[in-house]
Amino acid sequence: MGPRLPHMLKDSGLTAFVAAALGFFIVGFRTYDASGKGLVFDYQFTDLAIAIATIFVGRMGLLLAAEGLRWPALLLGAVLGAIGAGPLRLPSDFLHWFMALAGLLIVGRTLWPWANQSFSAAQHSPAGKALGAVGAKWFGWILIVAAIALPFAPFSDQKTMDLAVLILTYVMLGWGLNIVVGLAGLLDLGYVAFYAVGAYTYALLSTEVGLSFWVVLPVAGMVAASFGILLGFPVLRLRGDYLAIVTLGFGEIIRLVLINWVDLTHGPDGVRSIPGPTFFGAVFAETASAGHQTFSEMMGLPFSSTQRLIFLYYIILVLALATNLFTQRMRRLPVGRAWEALREDETACRALGINPTSTKLTAFAIGAMFAGFAGSFFAAKQRFVSPESFVFIESAIILAIVVLGGMGSQIGVVLAAALLIGLPEWFRELGSYRMIAFGLAMVLIMVFRPRGLIAHREPSLRLHPVRRGGAP
Amino acid sequence: MNGVTPLIEVEHLTMRFGGLLAIDDVSFSARSHEITAIIGPNGAGKTTVFNCITGFYKPTIGRLTLRGDREFLLERMLGHEIGQQAKVARTFQNIRLFPGMTVLENLMVAQHNKLMRASGMSVFGLLGLERYRAAEAAAVEKARDWLERIGLVPDADRPAGELPYGAQRRLEIARAMCTDPRLLCLDEPAAGLNPRESAALNALLVSIRERDGIGVLLIEHDMSVVMQISDHVVVLDYGRKIAEGPPAEVRQDPAVIRAYLGTDEGEAPNA
Amino acid sequence: MAYFSQQLINAITLGAIYGLIAIGYTMVYGIIGMINFAHGEVFMIGAFISLIGFMICALLGIGSAPVAIILVLLISMAFTAVYGWSIERLAYRPLRGSFKLAPLISAIGVSITLQNYVQLVQGARPKPGGRIVEGGFVLFSLDGFDVRVTWLQIIIVIVTVVLMAGFSWLIAATPLGRQQRACEQDMKMASLLGVNVDRTISLTFVMGAALAAVAGMLFLMYYGIIDFFIGFLAGIKAFTAAVLGGIGSLPGAMLGGLLIGVIEVFWAGYFSSEYKDVAAFSILILVLIFRPSGLLGKPEIEKV
Repeated sequence: MGPRLPHMLKDSGLTAFVAAALGFFIVGFRTYDASGKGLVFDYQFTDLAIAIATIFVGRMGLLLAAEGLRWPALLLGAVLGAIGAGPLRLPSDFLHWFMALAGLLIVGRTLWPWANQSFSAAQHSPAGKALGAVGAKWFGWILIVAAIALPFAPFSDQKTMDLAVLILTYVMLGWGLNIVVGLAGLLDLGYVAFYAVGAYTYALLSTEVGLSFWVVLPVAGMVAASFGILLGFPVLRLRGDYLAIVTLGFGEIIRLVLINWVDLTHGPDGVRSIPGPTFFGAVFAETASAGHQTFSEMMGLPFSSTQRLIFLYYIILVLALATNLFTQRMRRLPVGRAWEALREDETACRALGINPTSTKLTAFAIGAMFAGFAGSFFAAKQRFVSPESFVFIESAIILAIVVLGGMGSQIGVVLAAALLIGLPEWFRELGSYRMIAFGLAMVLIMVFRPRGLIAHREPSLRLHPVRRGGAP
Repeated sequence: MNGVTPLIEVEHLTMRFGGLLAIDDVSFSARSHEITAIIGPNGAGKTTVFNCITGFYKPTIGRLTLRGDREFLLERMLGHEIGQQAKVARTFQNIRLFPGMTVLENLMVAQHNKLMRASGMSVFGLLGLERYRAAEAAAVEKARDWLERIGLVPDADRPAGELPYGAQRRLEIARAMCTDPRLLCLDEPAAGLNPRESAALNALLVSIRERDGIGVLLIEHDMSVVMQISDHVVVLDYGRKIAEGPPAEVRQDPAVIRAYLGTDEGEAPNA
Repeated sequence: MAYFSQQLINAITLGAIYGLIAIGYTMVYGIIGMINFAHGEVFMIGAFISLIGFMICALLGIGSAPVAIILVLLISMAFTAVYGWSIERLAYRPLRGSFKLAPLISAIGVSITLQNYVQLVQGARPKPGGRIVEGGFVLFSLDGFDVRVTWLQIIIVIVTVVLMAGFSWLIAATPLGRQQRACEQDMKMASLLGVNVDRTISLTFVMGAALAAVAGMLFLMYYGIIDFFIGFLAGIKAFTAAVLGGIGSLPGAMLGGLLIGVIEVFWAGYFSSEYKDVAAFSILILVLIFRPSGLLGKPEIEKV
């Protein structure tokens, strides 16, 4: 411990110093509007000092853990955790969370090598291997069955179903973007534009022309796909980061047009009173207009508002599963393989006689189409759309879901959506910290696990079939 | 070499990058059933010639004629069209496999255009029609044949990036062959191979010439490969062609010796 | 004619600010080939630090505008530079060996984090301040329309010109600048020749951040109000400017900034102000489609 200690102290000191410099003005001097007096300060230097101290101790703990000095590290972690979670009153709630988290981080980092080793050992044991081979295949099916049964589970109430519908919407968007980003490797930062196109297509066609959800659904997809082709055609030959910025620009253009073309889109007020989807003509309401039936009448059930929610849930479940099925199929076709080959090496693709532009365009258009379907559903569910729902951050969230999940992995998208959407909804107190946590998560994933949660890629076909239960 | 119409004819090829003249009025030809080697000191412009033939550069001046079911003017075609229509395939100096995809998948991607037609732009494929499934099975068989020829059958389901270097080189060649090319362009296929692997490469290339009967154009520094298996050699130096002919002849050519060894008298390029 | 001149003056002022931000984008892209998506947020932080700086000056009773400006300028540049340094060190350097799009995704994460960090700590409402320099004079009059130039506009242009000149000298004539240019051309060779590549890259980010801080201060003084979201829009426009001028080219960044300023102001002045941002985004798309190397850049040849 001796020779390394001064170095570690210096490192932690430097880290704390930088943190202090970063926080000095922005955190130390909090400006707020004092009525009548204009902008004034509120000094938060105690908070800042405590945070800096935490950072110092935290960095020491991490360095100790990295050096393998487990007990000192665990001690520091415990101290931080105790202060954070304990009864000692700190100037703000945030500091409590911060310290507790820092403590947790140190403990985690200390135990990581041991945990990693045990996990690897378990993975390679005969039982582990068998479980892995079987588990991977059946996990997907288990999820599907669970999803179908969810509305009938004892714990599923309005809140749970709402969350489930929200997560499934993002899963579908994630699966759609997965085709563009995960399979074809095209970084699309404007995916929300196609979502918006689908939503407004349904919103306008249903309120102004009176078409039903089921009629508009395919139309919305086609319209979105057309936008995809329109945008894709000129820009898809641009290289990765330029393409990203251009698609971002396109997303913003669509949003600005939605806000400003008031005659068509009703501007910032949005479109209201959008009818929801019907079940063979029956509406999900307490009473129906003349000539129409309500769902409860048709089924001979007492009216309940959850009926509509469950119906919506099954619609998005089917849509999402259709997206998934389509993607799985496409992966096994030459187009799907060409997408992945394009992602791996575009130059080699050209040398093999594959037209990169038309291949990319296909991915882009199909991804846009699924976003259009999802958007249509969104409008029907919310019964109200406005440009506010289609800001850039939505594209970033969907991208984060795809990246976190593991580019190209279908199950990964489900897990990532559950984590990124479900977790913050569960921990409502985290509310205002949600976005910061989200941004940090994106950076941390890239730094520590760029390949995502599910880094394994299942080949689209095998020459030697995998034998069940034995060695591959 | 005996009055057969050349498969590819390069006429007055000139490539200028801004002020730099990379290739200066180079003309040569190559025939089917023959292995033609392009050699020359580093920087002579060999890969640039390849890039012009395979559509990665647009020649400043020159005509590149490929004779297939019709005549193709390569200098007018887009990169992927050259592979798709003119049926010119190539490998790269720094191997460009699809490392995350399996060996088999690499060979399947090569058969993309054939399979696209059979899948009816994916519609038949999506519907799982027999017509597509049969085409895919045939493609797998073709891939298996090549895997046997290059000795990689047991590795078919491994990610291509995991293969050892020599195997990756052979895979890249097999992948190019799976596109059913008329002309195969190999950019330094023997680079980094040990003598045993070089010999295996020679055998592979000779078998390609004999069994598949296509034309092979290759850039090489390894003289054992060049001298042992090529039928025709073109020598470039500073962007100009300084010799062309059978290997034995070229080897004795004083201009060639000078280019490799400077103006000092010295040995012929090692065989 | 008079209206045109007025718009032109406004355009040059705005363009100067965009140009200062654009230099940061272009330098980072030139040396490590990545788009620093978070650069707009660095500009925003520079504006906030400047705001707080001016408030402190007022509190301390510093009445003289030039003194306050210089003080705030130096402080803002220094502390914003720390942000630039930290971002590179934490979010980009670890990704240098990773796949091509990793730094961009990380940069998006940084951008979101910084925006929300400032929003959380300082509040979401717009903050007024920085109105230190008031007044100007009438340049000329035509048809009853006065063409005014404010002292602030003159200051902005002068500051920008001085910084540009200083910067160009730095890049062209000092060892630091030479190392920077060497790394831009061939990083591996530069490191073999003894250039500390890591430090040069860090320095590039620091310099870009410092210039963004100046832009932030000038923005605050010019518009008198800032919020946590100004980085997003200004960032995209400045990036467009960098691309338009030719990414990797310093004079290109300035030229691009001026052009974007002109396009934005004239579009708002003669057509519609709601769609002025659409104009900026559309320019970006058009430039990247038709002339990706920009006006002063060199076309990239693909190495096979």
